[in-house]
Amino acid sequence: MKCFSRYLPYLFRPPSTILSSTCHTEADIISTVEFNSTGELLATGDKGGRVVVFQREQESKTQPHRRGEYNVYSTFQSHEPEFDYLKSLEIEEKINKIKWLPQQNAAYFLLSTNDKTVKLWKISERDKRPEGYNLKDEDGRFRDPSTITTLRVPVLQPMDLMVEATARRVFSNAHTYHINSISVNSDLQTFISTDDLRVNLWNLEITDRSFNIVDIKPANMEELTEVITSAEFHPQQCHTFAYSSSKGSIRLCDMRQAALCDKHCKYFEEPEDPSTRSFFSEIISSISDVKFSHNGRYLMTRDYLTVKVWDLQMENKPLETYQVHDYLRGKLCSLYENDCIFDKFECVWNGSDSVIMTGSYNNFFRMFDRNTKRDVTLEASRENSKPRAILKPRKVCVGGKRRKDEISVDSLDFSKKILHTTWHPHENIIAVAATNNLYIFQDKVN
Amino acid sequence: MFPKGTKRKFSDSGEEAVCGGGGGGDQGPSAAPAPSPSPAAARTLSSSYSLQRQSLLDMSLIKLQLCHMLVEPNLCRSVLIANTVRQIQEEMTQDGTWQIMTQALAAAQCPADRLVATEVLCRQTEAAAQEGYHSEEVVMDGDAEAEVAMSSLSPVSPQLSSASYLAGADSRTGEQVFGTFEIKHPAPPSDPALEELFSDVDPSYYDLDTVLTGMQSTPKMGPYDLLESLSSHGPTALSSSTTCRSDLNELDHIMEIIVGS
Repeated sequence: MKCFSRYLPYLFRPPSTILSSTCHTEADIISTVEFNSTGELLATGDKGGRVVVFQREQESKTQPHRRGEYNVYSTFQSHEPEFDYLKSLEIEEKINKIKWLPQQNAAYFLLSTNDKTVKLWKISERDKRPEGYNLKDEDGRFRDPSTITTLRVPVLQPMDLMVEATARRVFSNAHTYHINSISVNSDLQTFISTDDLRVNLWNLEITDRSFNIVDIKPANMEELTEVITSAEFHPQQCHTFAYSSSKGSIRLCDMRQAALCDKHCKYFEEPEDPSTRSFFSEIISSISDVKFSHNGRYLMTRDYLTVKVWDLQMENKPLETYQVHDYLRGKLCSLYENDCIFDKFECVWNGSDSVIMTGSYNNFFRMFDRNTKRDVTLEASRENSKPRAILKPRKVCVGGKRRKDEISVDSLDFSKKILHTTWHPHENIIAVAATNNLYIFQDKVN
Repeated sequence: MFPKGTKRKFSDSGEEAVCGGGGGGDQGPSAAPAPSPSPAAARTLSSSYSLQRQSLLDMSLIKLQLCHMLVEPNLCRSVLIANTVRQIQEEMTQDGTWQIMTQALAAAQCPADRLVATEVLCRQTEAAAQEGYHSEEVVMDGDAEAEVAMSSLSPVSPQLSSASYLAGADSRTGEQVFGTFEIKHPAPPSDPALEELFSDVDPSYYDLDTVLTGMQSTPKMGPYDLLESLSSHGPTALSSSTTCRSDLNELDHIMEIIVGS
């Protein structure tokens, strides 16, 4: 095609600025946080494709007040920006999700993913190095063999601790659409990666093949009305997983039934309340996160205004519904205009499944106690975060008289959103990501 | 050779006379169309509701267009917005206001008033012929950057701009929001030079997949579309407006050579 090629330089010219690093802080925006299974490590991923791992300090008798502080353990560049030459589009290096593998030896393993590629990283410590080689001297230069008169056995000498991260596996080329979630199976051999239309099953050892187990792409893309928003394996049953959709439904699938899990075992959806119906009803019902409880009996889902807890045995309605920020219901049109209505908030369980937590705007995050039915709104901000200061509950005033400490709905800062939070698996320690700041809060220690 | 984009006049009296209250709904306090709604639409539309609905429709269409300009459009967001547009369209169809709007457009249709969409992913011309689409296009000012043109769309007779965009869809119900991203070019589609130019392009790229994943390299387009889509590509869309403009001029020049105008 004689003239089409003239346009190639325009089509394929690499961008002069890479989106995420147009300004320094843009790349620092935290895009995911995750504790490992023991809570010893906390990983964060950011928009610049970096992963920072924090490690909890060991308890020390000499400095008891420093118990439980998290310090940087390892930092590495997990994903680089890429360019899809076929579509002339950039592939963002932003880390969408991190999932830890349970620890099986001295090294730590985690899966990190951007829009297209999942990587398995090994984080290991090195605190000894061999010394006393026969054929090499201390600088590493080779010695002339004729000068060697004695032999010795190299010994391991201590050295400064070095933490290194190496990419052990790269799982790529399996997703046409953007990966929104990954989940490690309880069998510790497989994991799933999920994009808007498909769920793929991988073996951790095999990178050149994956099995497609859910495919909701219609034959005619014009008929597309629903996408997959998140998927997760059941914590104990290695054959069960759930995926949520943009229409507010959750499907539970059993991989033993068929190779392609297009038929669900269970279908969870709450019938719409006709009294609150609006043009935005569907958008706000779109589920942004789905999480199994630790005991495997419940499912939690987050949509724009609520968090719902579902009993796996009851499909027709949720067990509990918690209002996160119902005062936004009257502002949906503005939130649609500024795109905030598409924000994807995550939700987390605490270790005992008794408390659930999710984020909101103005750097607020909310906790709901499922037993006492009490809830609290807290704020992640520098002013409120003096070390060991207790977080003061916040309140949003919904009109009428505003009390002194309350904040009115119109004063909320919608650019300060807490989308990513995580809870320590056993203790009451939470990590909250507020744009490019990470806050770690602990329960008050007596 | 190619008419540079001319912005449709804000208050086109000829237009208003034809569509009566329908086109003037955005200006006057009452949005009820002057020819009364079909008898089936028993309830009277409150003006504010109708206005709100209309602005929501316009906003949604702009968002759908804009999302193609991003680096990689978010499929979930696109689907949700498209569903919203569909809902509005269905409701307007039930009310009878949809028919009014499309009739008004049909009457107002003439080459000088055609509007060209700034962000274009177009379908095969054969498909267009089959479905019998109108050509609805939004013209941007000669030197308008893509982003500016987006925002300047809305004040210009919002009812008509969105209606014009969707008018072609009335021949197909339901799904077709994605299918309305279709532009017919002023030049005859079966221009042999162009056909030859793009003859070995794989037509299977034209499904919604392409649209929603922002694939820009859809070669089977008319000269307008090539111009616009190339100028608003990922890399250049992020660059300054001057680069965009110079690219446009350069491409313009090249296209003139190709089609021998």
